[in-house]
Amino acid sequence: MVNLYLVFDLLLALTLMWVGWRTLTSPDLFRGVVLFIAFGVLMTLAWVRLEAPDVAMAEAAIGAGLTGALLLDALADLRARRSHQDIEVSRLAAVSVITLALAGVLSWVMLTLPAQHASMHAPVTQPPNASGITNPVTLVLLVYRAYDTLLEMAVLLLAVIGARALHDEAPVGRAAPQYDLLAPAARVLLPAILLVAAYLLWAGATRPGGAFQAGAVLGAAGVLLRLAGLLPSPATYRRWMQMGLVSGFMVFLLVGVLVIFAGLPWLGYPATHTKALILLVETGLTLSIGMSLLSLFMSVPEQRSPSTHARASAS
Amino acid sequence: MTTGLVFAIAGAQLFFLGVYSLIVHTHLLRRILALNVMGSATFLAIVGMAQRAQGAAPDPLAHALVLTGIVVAVSASALALALLRQLVAAGGGTALEEDREA
Repeated sequence: MVNLYLVFDLLLALTLMWVGWRTLTSPDLFRGVVLFIAFGVLMTLAWVRLEAPDVAMAEAAIGAGLTGALLLDALADLRARRSHQDIEVSRLAAVSVITLALAGVLSWVMLTLPAQHASMHAPVTQPPNASGITNPVTLVLLVYRAYDTLLEMAVLLLAVIGARALHDEAPVGRAAPQYDLLAPAARVLLPAILLVAAYLLWAGATRPGGAFQAGAVLGAAGVLLRLAGLLPSPATYRRWMQMGLVSGFMVFLLVGVLVIFAGLPWLGYPATHTKALILLVETGLTLSIGMSLLSLFMSVPEQRSPSTHARASAS
Repeated sequence: MTTGLVFAIAGAQLFFLGVYSLIVHTHLLRRILALNVMGSATFLAIVGMAQRAQGAAPDPLAHALVLTGIVVAVSASALALALLRQLVAAGGGTALEEDREA
């Protein structure tokens, strides 16, 4: 009688809340970061239960993978790795009561809203254009809400520029780490990772996948190479990297503007060659997202030097 | 109770857990973690609420919104971490000035 799926959902939701709570309350920040990575993996499971495979893939690559790598990398630079609640008891009580009350009110609103509501599922899954794209999420990202996606690429680019502006030099290749297995494993895994990225890009037209997931996998491949010390000095490919960073935004913009000369609205797609054009834009997006994520990971201040490590280990 | 509603409500709790943590902790890395948890909670609430009806088909608009959100969240976190490192490198410690004095 009991719906086992719902029991699983409840257990997963409770685990999510517990891990989230421990992430934010354990005094040891290293433990907090590791728990946050576990939180990302649990989020991936939640997306699968919510029938959102596209989101699940992005969460697995970014939420559980890249964000964790970024946080661990930043943590290595910090000497103060413990965090306590430094706040008076009276204020702590006030904050607890207010946030608990707000959480209660929001939950109550969610529970009492009528279950029937407008869904974009039907309008999107009956595409008016014969583009050959049948994955509704890709359709929303590249066709119906193309403007949003274009501006999102601009946001990503701004974040990269901001992170890189924070240090004086271009990021330098880090010394190869002392783990014997990392570099050989990275060499073996690299072709497989690139194949997965290419597959995700191609599959995104008809199945879960697309530029975002492919770009995330590409970025992860770059991070792996960097951690294994296999990336050459950035000075040798800085120009290519810059071109890769802007490729998504520029190709998207170019396609969006050029169609105007064919008498179409801005960011519209012509009736013919639609799929080829969308694939071209998506290839640019994949490159850009991959490069941006790698670049954000490489934006380490130049103070990160052997002396920093020596001081950290000595203290 | 549907799958969507379960995760939407979990999202609501997690969001305010993040708000709580953001207020009571002064260590900036902890605050970045709290913002990330708040982001994930928002995504759960968006997709969960879009799917709260029994047997509802997944809403591709919500999925696309969250997909872009995840990428923006990671880039914002990376920028925040870069700022934190710069603050530490400049001798500013791991908390904001007004919090250190309090």
